[in-house]
Amino acid sequence: MNTTILLLTLIFPLAGTLINGFAGRYLGKKMSGTVATLAIAASFVTSCIFFAHLQNNPEPVKIVLFEWMKFNYFTIDFGFYFDQLAALWLLFITGIGTLIHLYSTSYMHDDENFSKFFTYLNFFVFFMLVLVTGSNLAMMFIGWEGVGLCSYLLIGFWYQNQDYNDAAKKAFIMNRIGDLGFLIGIFITGYLFHTLDFVSLQEQTVAGLSGSSFALLLGVATMAFFIAATGKSAQLPLYTWLPDAMAGPTPVSALIHAATMVTAGIFMITRLNFLFDLTPDVQHIIAVIGAVTSLVAATIALVQNDIKKVLAYSTVSQLGLMFLALGLGAYEVAVFHVITHAFFKACLFLGSGSVIHAIGGEQDMRHMGGLRKHMKITYLTFFISTLAISGFPPLSGFFSKDEILLTAFHHNTVLWAIASLASILTAFYMFRLLFLTFFNKFRGTKEQEDHLHESPSAMTLPLIILAVLAAAGGLISIPGSSWLNEFLKPVIRNNAASHPHTLGTTEYILMGVAVAGALAGLFIAYLKYIKNKQVPVNDNNVSGLQKILVNKYYLDEIYEALIVQPLNFFGGMFKNQVDGLINGIVLSLGRIPAELSYQGKKAQNGNIGLYLFAFVIGVCGLLYYLFMCY
Amino acid sequence: MIEILFYILSAVTLGSAFLTILSKNPIHSAIWLVVCFFSIAGHYALLNSQFLAMVHIIVYSGAIMILMLFTIMLMNLNISDEISKPFVTKLVATVCFCLIGFFLVSALAQTAPSLDTYMDTGVDFQSIQVLGKVLLNEFVLPFEMAAVLLLMAMIGAVLISKKDKKQA
Amino acid sequence: MEHVLQQIGIDQYIYLAIILFSIGAFGILYRRNAIVMFMSIEIMLNAANLLLVAFSTYHEDANGQVFVFFTMAVAAAEVAIGLAILVAIYRNIGSIDIDKLKNLKG
Repeated sequence: MNTTILLLTLIFPLAGTLINGFAGRYLGKKMSGTVATLAIAASFVTSCIFFAHLQNNPEPVKIVLFEWMKFNYFTIDFGFYFDQLAALWLLFITGIGTLIHLYSTSYMHDDENFSKFFTYLNFFVFFMLVLVTGSNLAMMFIGWEGVGLCSYLLIGFWYQNQDYNDAAKKAFIMNRIGDLGFLIGIFITGYLFHTLDFVSLQEQTVAGLSGSSFALLLGVATMAFFIAATGKSAQLPLYTWLPDAMAGPTPVSALIHAATMVTAGIFMITRLNFLFDLTPDVQHIIAVIGAVTSLVAATIALVQNDIKKVLAYSTVSQLGLMFLALGLGAYEVAVFHVITHAFFKACLFLGSGSVIHAIGGEQDMRHMGGLRKHMKITYLTFFISTLAISGFPPLSGFFSKDEILLTAFHHNTVLWAIASLASILTAFYMFRLLFLTFFNKFRGTKEQEDHLHESPSAMTLPLIILAVLAAAGGLISIPGSSWLNEFLKPVIRNNAASHPHTLGTTEYILMGVAVAGALAGLFIAYLKYIKNKQVPVNDNNVSGLQKILVNKYYLDEIYEALIVQPLNFFGGMFKNQVDGLINGIVLSLGRIPAELSYQGKKAQNGNIGLYLFAFVIGVCGLLYYLFMCY
Repeated sequence: MIEILFYILSAVTLGSAFLTILSKNPIHSAIWLVVCFFSIAGHYALLNSQFLAMVHIIVYSGAIMILMLFTIMLMNLNISDEISKPFVTKLVATVCFCLIGFFLVSALAQTAPSLDTYMDTGVDFQSIQVLGKVLLNEFVLPFEMAAVLLLMAMIGAVLISKKDKKQA
Repeated sequence: MEHVLQQIGIDQYIYLAIILFSIGAFGILYRRNAIVMFMSIEIMLNAANLLLVAFSTYHEDANGQVFVFFTMAVAAAEVAIGLAILVAIYRNIGSIDIDKLKNLKG
């Protein structure tokens, strides 16, 4: 495999960034949009070439550019590692990335910082690709940090609004807390294995290492890695940044917070699957947190009224399901759900962007309605994706979610119950979203109603493509003959042991239960919002359980009180007291020479008699020194 | 007998030096200083350097003291125009006097040079001929430089004490 | 006649010079009149000259006396300049009391 083609995959987005960054102003909107989209499209083409190559010879390709850091007993290379897992991620990052770039050329067309937006987008894709193709943990960390940075830049893209800046800061800081976990994981891994390279790590764990302190340290390392994943992929307790991140433009939400950046955590854990398999306790924690997050986020989504916030909480919930799968050791299942989720969530976000664009910026569902008549394509694609996310067969979401539920049932029925409940709630709130937005009568202002129109083709084409993928994407892993599992066999060490794919009666019953739950959710939503034509009330008029949900379980307030206030207090204390003290000491050090010289100044009082006396003393001193000192 | 002469001369020297300092009238101080110079010229003569004694009288008593007297009279300094100094200063001055004397004497005592053997070869080393020869053979450059120095002093003195044209 | 120095002894001359020098130093610090300070300086110079001549006789070397010549020349020049400066100061301040010269007080 020609390594140049593989490196081109990474270079194209970087080139797009540089071109748009430096010359974007002079290129004009059309040109800079085209450059950016073509860059990602070119990466997509090379990714496809690589994917095709992998079908024939499944050997991973390792490219080492140079030796980056050299320590006593191990080195960290600056290199890339292209294997099957990376190929999958490359495909959907660049693929969905191209579609979203195409969408953005139309969505952001009247924004004045057009080329800046595409610079940031390309930059983000570049870092995501580095994360995915890094050959060792340090390279992955470069990508990890880089996507965090680009996420911050993009969320706060409309920087004139201070709330958006705060949201961007919140995202970045929570990611940073996770990054600390990543670093701790890197340090412990380096200490234990004397290498950070994935291939070497895999070989060493296959060879087998022992020692009790080893197991404890490894547990700490994997826990630290998981904390990093909770930061990046928005799990409990570091998920609160994701709903606030909806302050960014909708293509950003689609790309970063639905399809790519939030899947980085899952990618990382899948990459390190051999490490996590050695620490079953941490895996159990991952599963529990994943399930609980899924349920909590689903409950919060029930009462949200902003269209994007519902989708954000739904993302958190689906990610929780993926982590549940990871925690149970079923890595391919998680990867499958990542792929299908990327398709339908991106389609949902882009569809919501289309809606927002048509209404002229309104995001509150209570002021929408009846858009089905005006925006047919958007409605259709949205409907298909909603079916997918709710888990109706034979769309992709059904297959992937069902695999997760099956695996959960075989391991731990409690987790299965939680996940099933979350799925039922997902169906309910997604259809609530659909009905409130597209059915009944329009509840906005008259001038908005006059303005309603279907979005231009640059926006609807990606919607169509993604809807098709959302519908047909399940084919890559049908139970019984999963192409995906076969494809990922070289990457995931332990896949033979975890989950048999035989379809017996239990499995069919469980599938039936899941579908029934989804239907129930749909029916209740139908009753509430179509039959009774209910509209959610104002936020101030809620009470009881609904109030808790609307305020997101007061989690932000708890964080504020527990963490932010003490930090502010300490910061203020250090600034006022400690800094003042240090200032005083340093300044008084400066005052000492001044005082000394003030005293010394008294020797110059202009009195000639004193000077002459000083002469005499000096001469006597000289004489003493010369003649009377030995 | 020479010893008695020496002691008389020394007494005159030291006494007149003291009186120079302690006189209230500056003209009296000048007169006492002239006496001091004469006694030192006597010392030179005692040491058989007659030429130097003559030159000393001419230069010091004849030129320098006249200069000082002229300046005193120019400034019309009469009997004690000055206020006497505070007691502290007098004490300090006395202390310095003792200090310098003490240090010099102790430096002498410390080094303890061997000053016993006196040369008495009878060679003429200080008659005016020998002095002239040494002056103009070995020390001709300092000799000429001294001339230049005196020229500069003259020019400098004239320049410094010139009245400013604007004031006039 | 025995050598003068042999009769008197050079250490007497040394003591004489030391005392004369100390008197000169005392004089500078004791008086405030600038002219009298000058005279004290002359006394100190003379003490040094005396010692030089005495040692010139002791070593039977003419260099000491030649040095006295030069010292006298320099003393003359110094007195001339010093008095000129004094006259200039007198013209500026109106008195030659050195305690009035305190403008360089730091």
